[in-house]
Amino acid sequence: MQIVNFTPLSALVGGALIGLAAAAMWWLLGRIAGVSGILENAIGAQGPDRMWRIAFVAGLLGAGIFAAAVLPGAVHFDMESGYGRAIAAGLLVGIGTQLGSGCTSGHGVCGTSRLSLRSIAATAIFMGAGVLVVFVMRHLL
Amino acid sequence: MSQVAIALVCGTVFGSGLIISQMSNPAKVLGFLDVFGQWDPSLALVMVGAIGVFAIAYRIALRRHAPMFDKKFFVPEKTRLDPALISGSFIFGLGWGLAGFCPGPAIVSSGFGDPRVWAFVAAMVTSLMLSHIIRRRAVS
Repeated sequence: MQIVNFTPLSALVGGALIGLAAAAMWWLLGRIAGVSGILENAIGAQGPDRMWRIAFVAGLLGAGIFAAAVLPGAVHFDMESGYGRAIAAGLLVGIGTQLGSGCTSGHGVCGTSRLSLRSIAATAIFMGAGVLVVFVMRHLL
Repeated sequence: MSQVAIALVCGTVFGSGLIISQMSNPAKVLGFLDVFGQWDPSLALVMVGAIGVFAIAYRIALRRHAPMFDKKFFVPEKTRLDPALISGSFIFGLGWGLAGFCPGPAIVSSGFGDPRVWAFVAAMVTSLMLSHIIRRRAVS
């Protein structure tokens, strides 16, 4: 192992902002800021609780559009996947987060913080699977 | 109405955190997952920062009976491990490692303009909703 590209300050600051937003969702709305579940129910749920979910997703997208348009220097983006790999990965992420009831935000950040056994197990499993795939792609193939 | 405004602001702050921390940069994510090669540990500190803030706020908030803008805290109901959680998390991890995107960063970076991200998001939403519909039918 060799450590490269380490950016501890921006990682901590960005992470704290994520935690702050999740904390506000909990304090004010009593909701877990889990993106896959919010996205799923923004599209699939009915009733009044759909609207705040749509708004949260719009905020995520708006942050990306605003940053790219107004502060392009602050946006770091480097993608090696082509269309085929992107689509295959998207299919896996969609079904996996639906079956597993969460993703990096809901399980990884919020659930781990709540000391939820399900979330701690889920986080260990998806991190392990991610490490496995990258190991196979970068060091075996 | 206030719920919608709050969620919009929270989504924006959450997305800004993903951009600043570079969670929305797939090369950074793959560098983090490449533990056995040239490892970039930055994203571990994203988790430390996010969990540090949320863990404290979560506990303080629970001293109240309810959140400020709703009747109750929506604590996730399931507490036990089950096969869906384990297999689903494994499948999600495979997809995460394959392209370097999880759902939040994928939505954020679809605002950057690269059509390959739009392809990822379209595929993700399709399989998310197919699984949603199939599992709803199976229950009822």
